[in-house]
Amino acid sequence: MTVQQNVAQATPTINLPTINLQGNHACALGAVAAGCRFYAGYPITPSSEVAERLAKELPKVGGVFLQMEDEIASIAATLGASMGGVKAMTATSGPGFSLKQENLGYGMKAEIPCVVVNVMRGGPSTGMPTRPAQGDLMQARWGTHGDHPVVALTPGSVEEIYQQTARAFALSEKLRIPVIVLFDESLGHLEETITLPDVTEYENTIRKWATGKPEDYKPYKADADGVPPMARPGDGYRVHTTGLIVAEGGFPTQKADVVAPVMKRLLDKIEINNDLVESFEDIDCQDAEVVVVALGIVGRSAKKAVRELRQQGIKAGLFRPITLWPFPTKSFRALTKKAKYFVVAEMNAGQLILEIGAAKVDKQSVSGLNRYDGEPISPSLIKQAVKEVLGHE
Amino acid sequence: MNEQATLKSKEDMTQDDIRNFEIRDYLRLDLFPHFMCPGCGHGIALRALLWAIHAQGIDKDKLAIVSGIGCSGRVGTYIDANTYHTTHGRPLAFATGLKMARPDLHVVVITGDGDCLAIGGNHLIHAARRNLDITCLMLNNEIYGMTGGQVSPTTPADRFTTTTPAGNMEPVFDACRLAEAAGAGYVGREVTIHLPRLRDIIAEGLAYKGFSFIEVMSDCTEVNGRKNDLGSSPEMVLGQTRAMRPSEYDNNVVDHPFRPNSMNTGVLVRSNRPEYGTSYRNMVDKVQALQQKGQK
Repeated sequence: MTVQQNVAQATPTINLPTINLQGNHACALGAVAAGCRFYAGYPITPSSEVAERLAKELPKVGGVFLQMEDEIASIAATLGASMGGVKAMTATSGPGFSLKQENLGYGMKAEIPCVVVNVMRGGPSTGMPTRPAQGDLMQARWGTHGDHPVVALTPGSVEEIYQQTARAFALSEKLRIPVIVLFDESLGHLEETITLPDVTEYENTIRKWATGKPEDYKPYKADADGVPPMARPGDGYRVHTTGLIVAEGGFPTQKADVVAPVMKRLLDKIEINNDLVESFEDIDCQDAEVVVVALGIVGRSAKKAVRELRQQGIKAGLFRPITLWPFPTKSFRALTKKAKYFVVAEMNAGQLILEIGAAKVDKQSVSGLNRYDGEPISPSLIKQAVKEVLGHE
Repeated sequence: MNEQATLKSKEDMTQDDIRNFEIRDYLRLDLFPHFMCPGCGHGIALRALLWAIHAQGIDKDKLAIVSGIGCSGRVGTYIDANTYHTTHGRPLAFATGLKMARPDLHVVVITGDGDCLAIGGNHLIHAARRNLDITCLMLNNEIYGMTGGQVSPTTPADRFTTTTPAGNMEPVFDACRLAEAAGAGYVGREVTIHLPRLRDIIAEGLAYKGFSFIEVMSDCTEVNGRKNDLGSSPEMVLGQTRAMRPSEYDNNVVDHPFRPNSMNTGVLVRSNRPEYGTSYRNMVDKVQALQQKGQK
């Protein structure tokens, strides 16, 4: 799973089905294709179609669909199913994502794989339920309390929603962590004719199960990849799972000399698997004078803007993170050495720009193109912003 | 773990086997001494639960204990089974996902009055409504013990707690009536002093196919009893017993006060409502059969 493979879409073959699909439905189908057999959710605009589609699809494959009593119960049931050994998912939008934060942290700490989809809408609070926004980028990183590892993916098209939702399952299984998938209302409700990518590799990725003698098994003793094998209930291991900080044996501790290495392993787990996690799209960044940084639906506008700017002789490039968290800082730095300016286009008041400010190495100027009025950012706005930083017009 | 072979299944269990219950077979002894305060009723509740599990011949490997936060949440840690110590108020929601994903497991929730009736009240109502095959043991010590003795939804009237310095003014929940009204198929309540009765109520709950709710009247000597001059543990337990009416729910009683100062014990509800997991799997079978028909 190298960067190139992640970014380059699978070459369409005649065998792969081509269908007209809405983003939210693509999310549901991508999940089923990746082996998701459990979904628990609560109705919320604009993500309800994910649940509706899964209510129809999961019984067909013998899976479980549950509409729970609230958002908190939804993620709790999702984690519960995963504790039982089943690939599980929940989907929501801003207010629901806020409600899920505590249990999201539980999943990260207790290392329970699952996928949490957030179809972003205008915020804060109830905000604008049917308008697109990218206001939850930082919430995805820092929403739950305490230091914690995080993986968040930001697909930019209907096809990519299908593919990245499936990939989210593979990453969550491999790294034993809830993986967040973020896209906005406009992508969720966008209908496109797509060729369904082949996700067999993701479907076949299953967490490491404990093997060997139960008396020798330590639930939180990690392998070289920083990930401990998980014990499935019924297999004879009878382990303890808790949100408390535990020693390798799985039981709570507050001893500093035990806690420090346990926490360090948890926090470093994603970093040491960066090759697996990192993914982004780069268009002409290497020689670009101005690099536009944008993700999701804005990345799509930016792609058009950058192409048109190049035609006009302006050295523009695009860096589009597909894995937003952890941010692909090293690759970003390597690719944008020649850049003098960064334009960060995002549908919020300035969140991704904070990461770019931290990631840049030189004294490049960073300017934000922000929109939080419930309308997407058009290519012409991006072109204008690029020309402004260059002093054209 | 080697003693597993000596534990019998329910079919092979004789009355003597039930009587010869050895609690050590079901505990993680290396975690002892336990954290519970002297006189706490939770230990008796744990014994009753493990004895009931023994009497039902439940395989420890197939037993999942799901708990929340608080004194009750820590009790499950000592059980030699698949134990899940989840977040505050949410064990029933975790258990719902686990049981739906793994119907082969016996899922038992251990929760408390704060965990189950305050922060997790909504999950109790809906777990009872769904009637999924989960056994929920609510250890009611009438206080938030772990956090130092704050008022809970079951703290009796006029009781002094750290957050009711002039006495509790709020009416209490009758948890069993709540569970019954929400649709729980099996409901029971018992005090800790009647250990064999408590064991039998739990055992029947474990055998029941559906949502079984059992309220254990526990006692908290340290942060509840002492502050209210309720005496030491035996005195508290006896006082609690006097406050109970060991009888079936009496439908003729018209003056049930909303703030009950005496509550019924025993098995309070037995019904044969459909179990949700079975209903769901029947639906799945139908959908899959229709799909195969369509494909032909």
